Order: sequence, then structure tokens, then C-alpha cells
Amino acid sequence: MKTLEELMALRDAAKANLTTREDSSEVTRIVVGMATCGIAAGARPIMAKFVDEIAKRNLQNVTVAQTGCIGMCQYEPIAEVLVPGKEKVTYVQLTEEKVAKIIVDHVVNGKPVVEYTIGAITE
Amino acid sequence: MRELSLNVLDIAQNSIKAEASLIEIELVESTEKKELLIGIYDNGKGMNDEQVQAVTDPFFTTRTTRKVGLGIPFFKMSAEMTGGSFGIESVPGVGTKVRALYKTDHVDFTPLGDMCSTVVILITMNLGVDFIYKRSLDSKQFVVDTRQLKEILGDVPLNEPSIVSWLTDYIQENTKQLTEV
Ligand SMILES: Nc1ncnc2c1ncn2[C@@H]1O[C@H](COP(=O)(O)OP(=O)(O)OP(=O)(O)O)[C@@H](O)[C@H]1O
Ligand SMILES: [Mg+2]
Repeated sequence: MKTLEELMALRDAAKANLTTREDSSEVTRIVVGMATCGIAAGARPIMAKFVDEIAKRNLQNVTVAQTGCIGMCQYEPIAEVLVPGKEKVTYVQLTEEKVAKIIVDHVVNGKPVVEYTIGAITE
Repeated sequence: MRELSLNVLDIAQNSIKAEASLIEIELVESTEKKELLIGIYDNGKGMNDEQVQAVTDPFFTTRTTRKVGLGIPFFKMSAEMTGGSFGIESVPGVGTKVRALYKTDHVDFTPLGDMCSTVVILITMNLGVDFIYKRSLDSKQFVVDTRQLKEILGDVPLNEPSIVSWLTDYIQENTKQLTEV
């Protein structure tokens, strides 16, 4: 059974690594659309998958956040990837498999997955 | 929505948009009555009577990217189609209470689904908002209150991967205990 005592121990362990946060100009931001349209289309497991992949790969300078409706409900679930100094990339009709590839190719290796972007889908 | 826990996630987004600093999510289940109550209560900016009237109508929204609000109509429908009921109470400047009551033995009852994922995502994606998650089954109850967790954590954020994983297990284990005799 998980206990609050265990949480205290985790806090102490986490505290030791806390000071090594990168400054915000280096942080890659991922935002997932979490309005009704996004949630109905499956945004929750997509969000969970992003969080999971980032934790699993111990990516220190990547954050995930939620946003409202991006205005293209028919293409949900949608996520935007914002790499500092690069143009925003909008990924649509996401699946957990697509998320895994976006993390590896785009977030880790800097190469956007063009075929999953809004541009590729609407062409 | 395929799971009621997705409706809960969606309705709580309204509270976040309404700038709530404290959101309570309550699930009360009775085996004997075959009922489930889901309540989402916030201290956000609230609505006046006219707005409350209007929001259950799927053509009312204050959003700008689309002309219809769907969140509340979906939630209302999910309860009413089980023979249950739905209500909103709101006071401008004080907050909003949304309640849906389900008849759990009705064929149109949508499964609750992954409540844990809903709660963990709400908590970890909105670090500036406090959440109380209360869940009861008959006489058993458990409560998670982020104010208590934050007091323990100090400056360690609730979205630290090791903390997220603890929180997920903590909620799952406590949920499981509710159904054990
Ligand atoms: N907890 C709340 N506090 C204050 N206002 C609320 C609250 N919940 C709903 N509202 C108001 O009711 C409107 C309708 O809500 P509803 O969830 O149905 O649609 P929406 O949030 O506008 O769009 P979406 O379809 O993405 O949910 C909101 O735009 C908001 O103005
Ligand atoms: Mg809404």
C-alpha cells in the first residue's frame, strides 16, 4: 500500500535533483488540446502517453501542458510541439503510436514527423 | 463520451477556465440504491441564473472557436438517459456545483472508466489549482486532497515523474480497497 510516509521519502530524493532545471529558453513545450472535442476524440490517453514517454526517457527540458480547443475539432486529438527557435508544429489525429514517434524523431532528434502534421493531412 | 471519467475531466476544465483555485470531485456510489452521484464543485467565477439556464442548451457557449458548447449537454444527457437526473447551482463570484445522478443498473449507463487517469491529469496539469477527490462506495470512503500533498512536498512539484507515479498507485490502490470486503 502506498503511504504518505513513502511520499516524504520520494520528496527527499526528488529534492536532491531539483536544482538542475534548465532555463526556460531551452525548454520544448508540448500542448495537447483538452476541450470537449479533444477529450471526446481521445486526448486523455494521448496526454498520458506524452507524460509517460518523457518520464521514461528522462527528458529534462520538455514540458507537457493542456490547452483549450485549437479550432479544428475534426482533427482531434491535436498537439502542438514548440521547440525554442523553431516554428510551431501542429500534429493531428494523434494515436499513442504517433506520440511515441513524435517524441523520438521530433523532440529528441529534432526532425518533425511531417506526415502526422496538419499540413500533410489537409493537402 | 465513452467513459464517464472523460465527462468529469471535461466538466472540470470548465472550472479551470472559470479560474477556480479549488475543485472538488465527488463520487458517491450506493450498491443498494444502484445509484452513482458525480459532483464537480468549484470556487470559480460562477454564473448568473440566466447563464445557468442557458448552458444546458447546446447552443450556449462563451468560447470563441466554436458556436456551441457541448460539455454540459453531454454530461446532462449521460445521466438523464439512465433515468437519473442533472443539476447546476451557481453563484456569481462564489462558484459552481454540477451534479449528475446515475441509475447504475440501467442499460444506458456508461461505465465510469479510468477515473484515476482523469484525476492524475487534472492534478498534474494544473499545479496552481487544488483538488479534492472524494470517492465512496456504500460506507467506505477515501479522500485525496492536494493541499495536504503539497504541504508534504514543499517545493517539489506534484508533476515530478516519481511523484506522479506514486500518486497514480495511491489512487488506484485506494480505489481497489473500496471494493474489497
Ligand atoms: N464551472 C463553471 N463556472 C463558470 N462558468 C461555467 C462553468 N461551467 C460552464 N460554464 C459556462 O458555461 C458555458 C458552456 O459550458 P460547456 O462545457 O457546455 O461548453 P464550453 O466549455 O463553452 O465548450 P466545450 O464544448 O469545449 O465544453 C461555458 O462556456 C462557460 O461560460
Ligand atoms: Mg466545457
